[in-house]
Amino acid sequence: MLEFILEPLNYAFMVRGLIAAVLVGVVSAVVGTYIVLRGMAFFGDALAHAILPGIAVGYLVGGGAREPLFWWALATAILSSLGIGAISRNTQIKEDTAIGIVFAGMFALGVALISTVGNYTVDLAHFLFGDVLGVRNADLWLIAVFGGFVLLAILAFYKEFMVLSFDPILAATLRLPVRLLDFLILILIAVTIVVSLQTVGVALMVAMLVTPAATAYLLTRRLPVMMALAASIASISGVIGLYISYYLSIASGSAIVLTCTAIFGLVWGIRSLVRVNL
Amino acid sequence: MALLEELHKTTQHLSKHRYPHLDDAQILQVDDLSVRYESGAALEGVSFSLNAGQRLAIVGPNGAGKSTLLQVIAGVLPPTSGQVQIFGNAPGGHICIAYVPQRSQVDWSFPVTVSDVVMMGRVGQLGLFRNPAKRDWQLVNRALDVVSLTHLAKRQISQLSGGQQQRMFIARALAQEAELMLMDEPLTGLDVNSQEQIFTILDQLKAQNVTVLISLHDLQMAAQRFDEVLLINKRMLGIGEPALILSPENLLAAYGGHLHLVPTSDGILALGDTCCDGEHEHA
Repeated sequence: MLEFILEPLNYAFMVRGLIAAVLVGVVSAVVGTYIVLRGMAFFGDALAHAILPGIAVGYLVGGGAREPLFWWALATAILSSLGIGAISRNTQIKEDTAIGIVFAGMFALGVALISTVGNYTVDLAHFLFGDVLGVRNADLWLIAVFGGFVLLAILAFYKEFMVLSFDPILAATLRLPVRLLDFLILILIAVTIVVSLQTVGVALMVAMLVTPAATAYLLTRRLPVMMALAASIASISGVIGLYISYYLSIASGSAIVLTCTAIFGLVWGIRSLVRVNL
Repeated sequence: MALLEELHKTTQHLSKHRYPHLDDAQILQVDDLSVRYESGAALEGVSFSLNAGQRLAIVGPNGAGKSTLLQVIAGVLPPTSGQVQIFGNAPGGHICIAYVPQRSQVDWSFPVTVSDVVMMGRVGQLGLFRNPAKRDWQLVNRALDVVSLTHLAKRQISQLSGGQQQRMFIARALAQEAELMLMDEPLTGLDVNSQEQIFTILDQLKAQNVTVLISLHDLQMAAQRFDEVLLINKRMLGIGEPALILSPENLLAAYGGHLHLVPTSDGILALGDTCCDGEHEHA
């Protein structure tokens, strides 16, 4: 049994992958708590897809190098989230429609750009579904610094975000800077998506944002507890998923997401049997 | 422009600077207020004023603009024309106004406890990056005590009854140290006992000189329990003593064919629009 656990740790890429999966799990689950409570799952999914052209440009400009990707993705994510917010605020189009337009258009542009390169299927697959075993030390630093920034921001604005999410009219009568705080949440989601890019990729991103938080929501009605539970579930899923990926040779991103989904199913099943009233 | 306004709000939230309360100004003055949506007028030419400690019931049929009026006074919704002044200044610079929402508009499964919600009333005065201090907890505990919810402080909000939910939001307004409370249909859907508890709290608020504006469905309750009513149906139909304002002519003007007037021994009884739960006007 011990052998079973220790053997993969002989490989540096596995150790880096595990660290990345845990860090990403914590950050995306905590941010995901707000996404679940505010009903923004579609926005999160769309934003993840919308950064593909940014990644593509970074990829083409850098000739396949990894360094520029992060920054291009970050810039695209922030621009897209602000763009979606601006479209739905300033036109009569409903927000989910605005999200649909931006999301599909950007995603198509990303695929088109990447398809101009010869061996595009392999690279496209990495962007879509993640490549956590390809994480390098420099990537770990970026994940830690930006993930830490997201968590600090949530801690600093905890009470403001709680008021804004629970009762926007109260936030307005308390004269909180509502629009700035809304934008800040969008930017935190954008940064989280970019940080999580290498673990699960754009196509599976929404699972990291909503599944652990939704599982925690089945178990508690306390916000701090919900965040802590979501973070634990996500990091455990990351670790279990990577072991499954190692031993069964399946794609790492899908193994992590499938583990998250399985834990959700398990908790849901047990709750329906036990009938806990929260 | 919008960005500048947000930055201004942020600095205010950081520095805790607010508009001063001018001594000679009334707590609330509404001048020729109109709100138009794309679908048409929601309010037209509403003017009235309130002194500190007054209690006014706003009555009118569904879609009369009662919620809209409260939200404009709260400074949440900008008027199309006319103005609202709180202690002589626009509502946007005041945190002394509390809006008590309709219960149907609240997400009751949100993961917060009763005391969390009441503490939210303190967030405006706390400002950014500050945690609740001893005085904030004292205010929260006192507010919970006033509305008799101390024993439920640690409950999740979905575990409360309708009357308790309503009292929790009044406690939040108390914790906010609000001088003007705007209550949107606080009595709708409550049983008689819960309604009486709310009235007891309203009397305490009056004793503390808190000004309260309440929107109501129930004409009979407005007539029996309030000294002053404002009758609107988009336009203003009158303000003053219920006996004068809720006259058959005014009520017909407000409710049209939806109201039945029944002559009785001591006057005319209006059987009105008291039925329709869940059919609320939306801003």
